[in-house]
Amino acid sequence: MSTPTYASQSVIHIRDVTKVYEMGDGTIQVRALDGVTLDIYDGEYVAIMGASGSGKSTLMNIIGCLDVPTSGTYHIDGQAVETMSNNRLADIRSRKVGFVFQTHNLLPRLTALANVELPMMYGSWPNRRERAEHALNLVNLGDRMDHRPTELSGGQQQRVGIARALVKEPSVLLADEPTGNLDTTNTVEILNIISDLNHQNGITVIVVTHERDVAARADRIITLSDGKVTSDEPRSSTQVA
Amino acid sequence: MSPIDIIRTSIYSLTANRLRAALALLGIVLGVCSVITLMSIGRGSTDRITELIQGLGSNLLTVIPSGEPLTLTDVEALRDPLYTPSIKAVAPQIGTFGTIHIDNNTTQASISGVTPEFLHVRNLEMGTGTFIGTPHVESLAEVVVLGAQVSEDLFGNQDPTGAEVRINGRRFRVVGVLASQSGFGSMDDQALIPITTAYYRLSGQRIPGGDISVDQISIQARDVESVDQAIEEIETVLRLSHRITEADDFTVFNQQEILDTFDEANQTLVVFLGTVAGISLLVGGIGIMNIMLVSVTERTREIGIRQAMGAKRRDIVAQFVTEAVFLTFGGGIIGVIVGIALATAIDGRFLIGTEWSTRVTSDIPIIALIVSIAVGLFFGIYPAVRAARLNPIEALRYE
Repeated sequence: MSTPTYASQSVIHIRDVTKVYEMGDGTIQVRALDGVTLDIYDGEYVAIMGASGSGKSTLMNIIGCLDVPTSGTYHIDGQAVETMSNNRLADIRSRKVGFVFQTHNLLPRLTALANVELPMMYGSWPNRRERAEHALNLVNLGDRMDHRPTELSGGQQQRVGIARALVKEPSVLLADEPTGNLDTTNTVEILNIISDLNHQNGITVIVVTHERDVAARADRIITLSDGKVTSDEPRSSTQVA
Repeated sequence: MSPIDIIRTSIYSLTANRLRAALALLGIVLGVCSVITLMSIGRGSTDRITELIQGLGSNLLTVIPSGEPLTLTDVEALRDPLYTPSIKAVAPQIGTFGTIHIDNNTTQASISGVTPEFLHVRNLEMGTGTFIGTPHVESLAEVVVLGAQVSEDLFGNQDPTGAEVRINGRRFRVVGVLASQSGFGSMDDQALIPITTAYYRLSGQRIPGGDISVDQISIQARDVESVDQAIEEIETVLRLSHRITEADDFTVFNQQEILDTFDEANQTLVVFLGTVAGISLLVGGIGIMNIMLVSVTERTREIGIRQAMGAKRRDIVAQFVTEAVFLTFGGGIIGVIVGIALATAIDGRFLIGTEWSTRVTSDIPIIALIVSIAVGLFFGIYPAVRAARLNPIEALRYE
């Protein structure tokens, strides 16, 4: 699937990326990202940390192909994103990125199964039902497929969200504060699922969070501050929760 | 996105707020319903006018004097098949006004002096009794044929044949009653007597030479094709007999021309009604647009989710336009059904002072449905494009 280019070793290949927002009439410029360079490799479990305003949301939007950098280059699976049109970006999101949101963002009147089938409408995917069932089994919700979101617990809802993100077998699972709205029990449940998917199924995971114990599950923690990468190190064994 | 997915998504979205969808639908239902009803009324009134005017008699020409009086001599000349081969029958008529009474029952009526040809030329039918015959005309007989309304006013439901009435004080014997008929030139409120009797006994006017002057001459052409030829023959004969060298002193009216004039007026009415109905459909369309705009705002987050999951702009546009078209097409179908029912219900009824006549032709519902789909497309595009233009990042953040 990945085109062999110079960036082919890494799933996410970011070089000197800046993102500048113009506020008001263009006189005020906000430098949300300021020369970020990083590579994320296949099968990694990476946490991106930072306080609010550190640029981690902007970085996540760029990694998720929801936004393009002002300067610098970004390749996902070897494909250059920064010059893509809206349609091509939508296409890349459809095939390469699986989003898990802070709130589950499920459609309330669809069953879990239908919600998981939903992303496969965009791009002609065969065997939707089988794929959706498989994804729900991966998050241990095989017995809740016909339930609507309101009939599920917060943790279960978020697991449906994860199944929905996984169903198209994306290059990267991109989770934005996936436990932000959950209590401790459900947080542990979700983090366990994400860890299992990474360890057992080899899925590349990027979690954006400001919580230490969430980040502690990752193999590698990237910390942002003022739009710059301030630290990028493997998790030390002492940090295990 | 496959068409089936688009349709399923639209149904999902529309069923989210049923009341609102139903209200938006209602606007289109009313619009389409009024288009159907008003167009049917337009069609119906066209039919009716045609029917009414043709009820006067087929291939009818009318000559009225505009200067020199027309006389029975002219009538005889017009009856000569040598000069007027295209004319089938000629029926002169004298009109006066009079009071008819029996005992203490009185009614006002138009009194027309006519000849036997009048019955056929004017497409009349007898209710009871007989019409005025040639012997009556020749003998200045004091006999009368009553219109249906006149008969009812004087005699109620009784058959007046053989009874005596007084017209302007003179005794007349009723020989027959005309069948009731509606439309232009209805004879219901008239009484018909022999033309000679009318001239010598009731009207005071006399012209030199002992001839009888007539107020109008109804002429039936042989068939539709010979109408124009008949007009030429009439003009030739009358110009000769009146020794006309300059302007004609008579006027020939062609029933077809009158029909055309009315038809033209009616077309204007149809266009007017259509415009009114079209405006109500337009208002319905604006209602759809309003609802769709509200819907886009409400579902900003859903749009963001769909975009994050790979929906392209065209997918979002397709979803929202389909929703709008669903509403207008659904409203269109209901509107067609209700409109046809309404048009059928008022057909032939006497409401608000008029008798309504409607005709639903098959093109009306088809036009209405096509227009309702077009309304959905037109008013659905803008909200859909707005939805598709949403920035996914902001849409996902929308509370």
